[in-house]
Formats: sequence, C-alpha cells, structure tokens
Amino acid sequence: MSDATTTSRVAPRKRRIPRIRWRGAASIASFFVLWHLAVVTGISGFAELPTPVATLRAFFAEYITDAGYWHSWLVSFKRVLYGFIIAQIFGIPLGLLFGTSRRFRDLFFPVFELLRPIPPLAWVPISILFWPTNESSIVFITFIGAFFVIVINVYDGVGSIRNEHLWLARSMGASRLSIFRRIMLPSVIPSIAVGMTLGIAITWNVVIAAEMIASDSGLGRMTWEGYVSSTPEVVLIGMISIGLAGFLSSLTVDWIERRMMPWQRNR
Amino acid sequence: MGSGTESAAEELKGHIVIRDLCKGFVDKDGHREDVIDACSVEFEPGRLNVVMGQSGCGKSTLAYLLAGYVKADRGSIEIDGRPVAGPGPDRVMVFQETALWPWMTVTDNVVFGPLVRNEISGAEARQKAEVLLERFGLIDFKDKYPDQLSGGMKRRAEIAQALINSPDIMILDEPFRGLDVMTRELLQEYYLQLFEDTRLTTLFITSELEEALFLADRIYVMEEAPNNIRQALDIDLARPRSFEVTATERYLELKQQAMNLLYADSEITE
Repeated sequence: MSDATTTSRVAPRKRRIPRIRWRGAASIASFFVLWHLAVVTGISGFAELPTPVATLRAFFAEYITDAGYWHSWLVSFKRVLYGFIIAQIFGIPLGLLFGTSRRFRDLFFPVFELLRPIPPLAWVPISILFWPTNESSIVFITFIGAFFVIVINVYDGVGSIRNEHLWLARSMGASRLSIFRRIMLPSVIPSIAVGMTLGIAITWNVVIAAEMIASDSGLGRMTWEGYVSSTPEVVLIGMISIGLAGFLSSLTVDWIERRMMPWQRNR
Repeated sequence: MGSGTESAAEELKGHIVIRDLCKGFVDKDGHREDVIDACSVEFEPGRLNVVMGQSGCGKSTLAYLLAGYVKADRGSIEIDGRPVAGPGPDRVMVFQETALWPWMTVTDNVVFGPLVRNEISGAEARQKAEVLLERFGLIDFKDKYPDQLSGGMKRRAEIAQALINSPDIMILDEPFRGLDVMTRELLQEYYLQLFEDTRLTTLFITSELEEALFLADRIYVMEEAPNNIRQALDIDLARPRSFEVTATERYLELKQQAMNLLYADSEITE
C-alpha cells in the first residue's frame, strides 16, 4: 500500500514514442498509390514506367547485393566530398579576405563576380580539356558548384559582423590577431554553415549532371544508363538513390554545423 | 569645478575634458551632416554624469568618440590630461544592445579582457570573474551562453565584463533601454549601488528623465548640433539613494527644472 502511494507521487515517465504524423504518412502513402494506379491504368507517359512494387522488387532482387550499385554510391559520394571539402578550403579564406581586405577585394572581386554567374555545368567542357583525368574534372565541377556560394556567404558574414562586437574587443586591448581569431572567425561561423548547407545541395545537383555528361561511373551515370538501356526500374532506383544520398549528406552537414555552433544548441 | 572636495577629486580618475569637438557624417548622396558641432563640455571624475537628450541628437556619437571607436573631425577629448587616441581598457562601454559575444560562455566573455592583454593567468582571471559574477547574481549562469540569459542578466554580465578591466571610466549608452520596468528599476539600483561603492566615473546616456534623476550627480542636456550641450543640472539628492528619493519634494523640484530645460526649445505643434 505504501509502495503504491510513493510510486503514484512520482510523475509517470513520458514514453518516448514519437507521435506518428498521420497527415504526412497519408500523403506519402497516397503518392505511391497514385503512382501505382497511374502505371496500372496506363495514363500517358506512365505506360513505360514500372510500378512502385516492381521497382522495389527489382531493387531487392538485383541491386541491394550488387557491388556495382554500391560502387556507384561510393564514387558519387567521393566526388561530392572532395569537391565540397576543397571548396571549403579555398572558399572560406577567400571570403574572409574579400571581407577584411579592401585592397584584395578591389583587386580580385571583379574577376570573382565575372565568373560567378556561369553555371557550374557550363564548366564541364573546359574542365575536361583542362584537367588531366576525367575524375579530376568532375571533382572540379563539383568544387565550382559549392565554391561560389561559400565565398559569397563568408564574405557577407564578415560584412554583417556587428561593430559593437569588434569595438568591445578593441576596448579590451585585443590585438588584431586575437580580434580575428576570437571575434571575426566565430562571427562568420553561422555564415559558413549557411554556405555549407547550400553548397552540399548544389554539389549533388552538379555531380549528377556531370556524371551523366562526362563520366562512366556514379549514381548519375547509372541513372542515365538505365534510360539508355530502356530499363526504367534502373532510372527510378537511381533517382531514389540520389535523393537518399543528398538527404544523408544534408543530415551530416547539419550535424557538423550544430557542432560548429554549440552556442546555438539551446535556443 | 569641485564643490569643496578637492582632495578627494585628486585621487579620482577619469576627468574628461572635451573641447570644440566636431563630428559629422557624410550620407550616400554626399551630403554632410554635423552630429556634433563645436561641443565643449567637462565631466568631473568620481561622478555619475548623465547625458540626456532625444534620439538623434548625437548622444551615442559622443559616447563612441569618448570610447575611441570613431575619430573626431576636429577638437579634442582629454582624460586626466591625456588625449584620447583609440579605444582602451581604461574606458569600457556598455552598449544599447547586448554586445556579449554569443559564442562565448558568460565566464569566457568576462575573462576576455584580462586574458587578451596577458595580464593575469587563466586561473586568476576565472577567479576574478567568479567574484564578479557572484556579486551580480550570475554565478549559476557562468557556463551558459548569452542567448540563454534574460535581458537583465545580459546587462549585468556586461557590467561584470567591463568592471574586470578596472576601468577609470564606465560609458553606458542607454544600457537599460528595452527592458521591462521592473528589471530596469532593479538594474538602476544595481548600478547606483555599484557607483556609490566605487565612485567609478560614469558617463551614462539615457533618454528617460526618471532614470537620469535617480542616478545622476549631474544631468547634461544634449540637443542637436550646433548647440550640443549647453545646459546642465546638478542633482543634489543625497547619496546613498534609494527609490524613496523619488517621492521627496526636492526630487519633484528637480524634475520640474529638468523638464523646463529639456522642453524649453521644443514647440508643441498640433
């Protein structure tokens, strides 16, 4: 009896079962149902496509154990990763330089602005001509995709550093170097994060297209080959894989960003 | 200048003498506007000097000039006989909007000054910071980030962040603006008590008359250029003060006088 009264005083532990979002689930389910119906009834354009079930069956029967399929994942991921990381390595310092040195900005920003509007895919031919290997040219195009966004965001970030933040550090007698390290760099971290979020999305866009045009491997190529060889299951598996890969990359980047900005965790 | 306390005034630091100060800004169309024009004024050390005026009259600019963040076009500011040339830890500012660095914890914000000047070791700085944070009721929040604090706590953290540098002058630019009335009154009492304990020379900028009267030794009325500071009013209310002072007859007299000064030139148009 006394046991019962003591336990009843303790608030019941909340069970950590996420509430299912019914509308969301219904939306996704009806998407697949409509797709299925469209294929079965042969609405124009859908006649060539497999049903969701057929796609899934093909995936489990042929692809999930296929080394070539997972190799495509690996190849595309590598290209995105290299392009993305190199873009950070060059883009962040360049953005900082544009933001902090007037002389540097006056000298080089016009060239940067001249090149920036050129879409990454327009770089494909020259990239193939310029770089010795096919792989390096694709990584370069991916790099281009992320590079300009990152530079612009970091540059903007430097511009939006609050005067008070710099002034206060100067009042405290901070040297130029410590102001740069302790005030300016952390100030632009949120902008670097924005650049990363946008950059990773663009790199996936770019790598897929570049693979279709100029490569013999990767998820983009796999999808294209599905079209060329008239196997629409492959096209769909490729598309879904690409979506998934982009989604996973975004999650990873989000995770990294949260660690870069511990002060924004408990907002 | 002194009112019979010459000997005390000698050891007090932060005597500010401003002569013929001019500062203007050029807007996008190349049109130059003087914010401060031929302004001469003296702020006595060990006193709580309040500068009052409507927004846009150049109060903040005056504070920035004194802090050394912006350069005067003409004229001079001297502190204890030395001209101001850039910012320094002898005069620290508390800004209108919080200037705590959001990526540093409260403690890291406070120890920044002494550490960046390599004055003391990290452990010493931390100890000093904790004493200050304890005093300002922030010790339980020392490892929090600024965005996790309330507005009033941020202001207290900023005052601690300034005080750890042992400045000669505190510059506060409408520091309690935007806070709710209760927090505001609490902080006014906090600062008043701090001042009465330390006699730290203060330039306190505000646009609220009650705040000015409650805190000030002297209220300087600031107007738009070219007659920036022409008038001042000594607030001879006894120290230490408490909020009861606002109910005294002398307070009401001073308030009337201050209002006459403030609204002397403004015409009420309907």
